[in-house]
Amino acid sequence: MTGLSVFYAALLYVSAAVLVAGLAFKIRQYWTTPAPLKIAVTPAPTTQVGAYVRVAREAALFESLFYSNRWLWIFAMAFHAGLALVLVRHLRYFINPVPDLLALIQPLGVYGGMAMVGGLLVLLLRRFVIDRVRYITRPSDILMLLLLIGIGVSGFGMKFLNHTDVVAVKAFIMGLYVFDIRELPAEPPLLAHLFMVALLMIVFPFSKLLHAPGVFFSPTRNQADDPREKRHLAAWAAKLEG
Amino acid sequence: MAKVPYTVPTLDVLPTVPSIKPGAMSELKSYVAVAAHQEPLGFPGELVANWEQAAVAKMGELLGKYKSLRVYLDMCVKCGACTDKCHYFLGSGDPKNMPVARQDLMRDIYRYYFTPTGKVMGALVGAKPWTRERLDDWYNYFHQCSQCRRCSLFCPYGIDTAEISMAAREIMDSIGLGQKYCNEIIGKVHKIGNNLGLPEPALVNTLEGLEEDVLDATGHAVKFPLDVEGADVLFVTPSADFFAEPHVDGLIGYAKVFHQMGLSWTMSSYASEAGNFGMFIGNYEQMRKIAMRIREAAIQLKVKRIVFGECGHAWRVAYAFLNSLAGPFDFLDPRYPVPQHIMELTRGAILSGAIKLDSSANADKVVTVHDSCNIARATRMGPEPGSQFEYPRFVLQAACPKFVDMHPDATRERTFCCGGGGGLLTDELIDIRIKGAKPRVEALRDVVEQHGVTHMASMCAICKSQFTKVLPYYGYDMGMVQSVHQLVSNAILLGGNS
Repeated sequence: MTGLSVFYAALLYVSAAVLVAGLAFKIRQYWTTPAPLKIAVTPAPTTQVGAYVRVAREAALFESLFYSNRWLWIFAMAFHAGLALVLVRHLRYFINPVPDLLALIQPLGVYGGMAMVGGLLVLLLRRFVIDRVRYITRPSDILMLLLLIGIGVSGFGMKFLNHTDVVAVKAFIMGLYVFDIRELPAEPPLLAHLFMVALLMIVFPFSKLLHAPGVFFSPTRNQADDPREKRHLAAWAAKLEG
Repeated sequence: MAKVPYTVPTLDVLPTVPSIKPGAMSELKSYVAVAAHQEPLGFPGELVANWEQAAVAKMGELLGKYKSLRVYLDMCVKCGACTDKCHYFLGSGDPKNMPVARQDLMRDIYRYYFTPTGKVMGALVGAKPWTRERLDDWYNYFHQCSQCRRCSLFCPYGIDTAEISMAAREIMDSIGLGQKYCNEIIGKVHKIGNNLGLPEPALVNTLEGLEEDVLDATGHAVKFPLDVEGADVLFVTPSADFFAEPHVDGLIGYAKVFHQMGLSWTMSSYASEAGNFGMFIGNYEQMRKIAMRIREAAIQLKVKRIVFGECGHAWRVAYAFLNSLAGPFDFLDPRYPVPQHIMELTRGAILSGAIKLDSSANADKVVTVHDSCNIARATRMGPEPGSQFEYPRFVLQAACPKFVDMHPDATRERTFCCGGGGGLLTDELIDIRIKGAKPRVEALRDVVEQHGVTHMASMCAICKSQFTKVLPYYGYDMGMVQSVHQLVSNAILLGGNS
């Protein structure tokens, strides 16, 4: 067992723990904070089920963005849908044996990666080109895009330049499940890739990546438009009625 | 009053997005409330000595009370989708009038005091501690937001700048930095009963005068009842309807509709105001106190239903919040929604034949409609989503032979604020009010030139006041602005079927 393998095992344990604990904390916080008033942006669904469907459409299709900015929607979709395909492709390193369906859609992941990196590059470019977007951009916005691009590019490095021993990588990951630290191939693209992924997981609950859970808690989208039909009262507001 | 400087932007063809002009509106500041406006509302009379800590403590309290604030301060990805959606940015080019940048005024402070990232690597995320300069930016730019929520409609996460500007104003009030316009008006509601400070004798006088005017003009004894115990309907309308133009013509229209429907109705001298500026300052307790007047009046007058007149933010508070603030309304007739909008009654009466309109009375007009932001994006008028657009259009088309809609990017849920909402309808803010009206006036000019539109109907007291004031700066006559029920008033046939 090399020091490198131990370092990476520790890094991945820590980053996974930070991601899970951090997200659990934020989701609990979002869940338990009251929304004292009905603020759905109308026209809105009049039933709670309808409101959940509205949120699902936002999360899956970026519906508001589609009507807001078509170009941005295209590149945001390329990035997110590409990322989704890439994540599916990576499941084979985490599941044993690999289900047939997963093996079948596996090759799509490469195109997903291209869409993802392509989309990210445009998202990065517009932060410099459009004066309004440049004005609202903070260093962290650039760094976040660079981190994701770095993850994508190092991934391509393993696929096209410096072919990694994926069998060994899978063995390493499966070992982590049972706290058995196995040998991680000391390939630079792989090490860079894993390091950046760990960093992303650590940053996730402390950054704007909270938009991922947050979109489900947005009162303007997840509330039913029914204030005349049902009385809505937060606990702290009820106390005012004394 | 000192003359307030202003410039009028050149109108563009939709949709034009300006280049950013940093600092363009940074000096524009509405008058700060003095102790006489602050203290009756329970706010400190002047900026407290330890305002930095006090503001942080208040922000912490609000983060625990409002899910919107909690989630929206965290989740913005700075995608920029909102940056070209705010009428104040489109009119002024000041980047701090882009919704995300306006939110960032609060987000930077939030990050600094409330997030690990802001504390550990603040420079990367733009976290910033309080300074007097930043507080001034808060004051100026959170009073250049009309809380119209057009940005929220277009945000991929629904982030609502109104929620943030309301919280910001609440925080500023709590440290003694309130806005004179809003807080003085709230004081008047508590003291006198309405925003305009119209005392009961003056109100009685006005309504009697209106009865005489209508009798003279029509020969029909249309009543404007006040404080009639046992009436079926309590009617609550913005106090501007009692004398401002074209508001009062709308009031005459409501009265004619009630008269012709044969409904027994009354207004209340105690709750002689539909508006609720408690919303503008984001203060739940104030909003509740103001709303409770309506509940109390309904109980006192033993009415069965509550109906609201034409007012945008009032209808938002009434439709979306009244049940929370002052409910439950189980003492009213359960067959009717609580509250109802006058447009629901008028539409229903037209459909049932209870009132008849002769649209030839408005044959000299080509009419368009301005959807008020609060009505469009925060309410309904009937059971169907979108009824807040269809009901006024139905009524207008029944009352006017020629009706034309403005551009789809400037109507219905995409409507632009008039530029004077959210506590900005004050003379010292005239510069941003003119600039904020630019997108609406561009859409109006389009239908004036293409379709010969002569009048723009409005269903909100603030919109009516704002447009009559700012349209002349763009070369349009203030008489273009009409109340929806003014057009109904022209067309309604009195007598006969009651």
